[in-house]
Amino acid sequence: MATTTRAAAVRTYPAHAHTWWRRVLMTRESAVIALLVLVYAYSYGNVPNFDGPLTLYFLFLDIAPILLIALPMTLVIVTGEIDLSVASVVGLSSVLVGRLHHDAGLSIPVALVLAVLLGAVCGAVNGFLVAYVGLPSLAVTIGTLALYRGVAVGLLGTQAVTDFPQKWTRLAQDRIADGSSYPVILVPFVLLLIGFAWLLHFTPFGRGVFQVGLNDEAAHFSGVDVELTKFWLFVLCGAVSAFAGVYYTLRYGSARGDNATGLELQVIAAVLLGGVSIFGGRGALHGVVAGVLLIGVIQSAMRLENYTVNVINIVIGTLLVLSVMSSVVTTSLLARLRSLARTRAGGTPPPGRPREAASPSTRERQQP
Amino acid sequence: MTDVLERPHAASTPARVVAGLVRSREIAVLSVLVLLVVATTLKNHPFLLSSTGWRDLLLTPSLLLVLAVGQTVVIITRNVDLSVGSVLGLSAYFAGRLFIDHPGLPVPVVFAACMLFGAALGLVNGVLVAWGKVPALVITLGTLYIYRGVFLTWAGSNRINASDLPAGFLKLGTQQVLSIPVLTIIAAAVLAVVGYVLHTARSGRELYAIGSDPEAADLYGLKVGRRVIAAFVVSGALAGLAGVIYDARYGTVSSGAGANMELQAVGAAVIGGVAIFGGSGTVWGAAIGGFLLVTINRALPVVGISDFWQQAVVGALILAAIVLDRVLARRQDRRLVAARDS
Repeated sequence: MATTTRAAAVRTYPAHAHTWWRRVLMTRESAVIALLVLVYAYSYGNVPNFDGPLTLYFLFLDIAPILLIALPMTLVIVTGEIDLSVASVVGLSSVLVGRLHHDAGLSIPVALVLAVLLGAVCGAVNGFLVAYVGLPSLAVTIGTLALYRGVAVGLLGTQAVTDFPQKWTRLAQDRIADGSSYPVILVPFVLLLIGFAWLLHFTPFGRGVFQVGLNDEAAHFSGVDVELTKFWLFVLCGAVSAFAGVYYTLRYGSARGDNATGLELQVIAAVLLGGVSIFGGRGALHGVVAGVLLIGVIQSAMRLENYTVNVINIVIGTLLVLSVMSSVVTTSLLARLRSLARTRAGGTPPPGRPREAASPSTRERQQP
Repeated sequence: MTDVLERPHAASTPARVVAGLVRSREIAVLSVLVLLVVATTLKNHPFLLSSTGWRDLLLTPSLLLVLAVGQTVVIITRNVDLSVGSVLGLSAYFAGRLFIDHPGLPVPVVFAACMLFGAALGLVNGVLVAWGKVPALVITLGTLYIYRGVFLTWAGSNRINASDLPAGFLKLGTQQVLSIPVLTIIAAAVLAVVGYVLHTARSGRELYAIGSDPEAADLYGLKVGRRVIAAFVVSGALAGLAGVIYDARYGTVSSGAGANMELQAVGAAVIGGVAIFGGSGTVWGAAIGGFLLVTINRALPVVGISDFWQQAVVGALILAAIVLDRVLARRQDRRLVAARDS
């Protein structure tokens, strides 16, 4: 309340308080991009074989599922929700493609469409329970994580379907052009990236997504259909995860129930690393893409240096913790500096801690 | 709003206790568990009525029980600890190393050492969550990676085999006192102590207050940060204990020890009626939930469903539990509104 009265006296917009270049450069996203460039440059110069033609190619092949799923996941987390079931949808769609192709004799494109539809249905179940029944997404998607994975494993047991036509398994590993280090999977990824970036950053729907994340009650009263927004985001998340599942199946040429187990944690780690706030309401897709690529570059550089996947996991975990801690530490430092400057200028002390005066709905979402 | 509406009860104290019990979530889950055991036993008598059936029925859930109790303490404070599976693996390997590197170490010392070790790992989580003001989900997701990475790096290609462990310790895994397995007794003791503290002790009640409304608890003068750290330390220590139990039960530690256990622990708590947003639920409920989860796994093959479907059943159960919670809460709301308006 106190902030609005002050704003009425001198109309300032905190988001526009600095010149444009400071607003662009002093963000989490720029920090992640800078870190990505630094790590890439360092690896390029110092890691043996990192500058080889295969490095980037395999890097993109390996992280493509994370890249794909991170897009809708960003939107879901920006609304303050979370979807832990994505990796199980990957597994389920992988199994479905295997069974549809192997047992029902369907061609791969038909199976792909059916799998993506199934993924959308899986997402719709999550979305319905979260948005319309009003259950916490953390609990719902822990449940569907087990449910979808269980159905996947139940449908196929410990078997694996591996007899996919070479034409399609090759396509999943193909390059855009001969000798290029960019695999074909980047084409659908870039299309989806453009689509999601447009949706999140340039449409009324996208503004609604941020509003829901900041304060869903306020969003509701300003005309955003909170339930519908959340519902569709979960549907998108399911559909894209299913698509990633089809890619995963063809890339490794094997449909198994336990494909991509634990991938959800990697996706979420990458999204949070990319500067999206787990509290919702803040984040941008360029940061998320940089976050995923950062994880990919660290993985491939460390693998070339003969570190085991365990050490790589330690590094990624530490990075995740440091990245969230750093934003907390910097905001509290900045707040302290600002209040110091204000008291020195002889003004009145800042009115309370504005962050803690959040509405009940945001508070509810803050934990866990 | 409830405090305005609360009227002195007309019913006598015993009647109210009985009515509360009948309506409680714990009893509901317990009856599902009993039904499950009875139905499975009717189908296949040795499931309960043989000596090994009886032993396995009690022994298998002990591991998840300990984890679920620790998880509940954390969830009640409106946090979550996803790192328990990794702590379990790390502690199981730590216990194995203690036995190999220091032969002759008394078993209770190993138990204590592992609990301390787990508590230290939990302390890291707690400090990061409480001081960093970062959601526990993110921090413990990070430490899940870190602890598992440390475990696998430390273990390398080594694994702990039954032959590395002293016979006296391994006997714990199958030993029974009055036909009740020792490991189950340990788990039950943990459950009783934690349950008692949460139910009556000031420190326990404060955890509920913090979970209901952290800011109100802070304004009221509760040491929110310190209590949250303590909750994580308890969860870590119990995960450490679960690591030793794992060693005693299975006699071997491979790289997969404890993987995905965190979701089972959270699932057990949720099924047992612990609200994921804190402030309500009991460890009894979580323990029964864990018991139910494990028993379903074992019962499915007996009733002729391939155990591949086990995870799907678990998922459906978690969803059913939270939907049921919501329905009951709505009904309660409506009843309170009706009571106010009349």
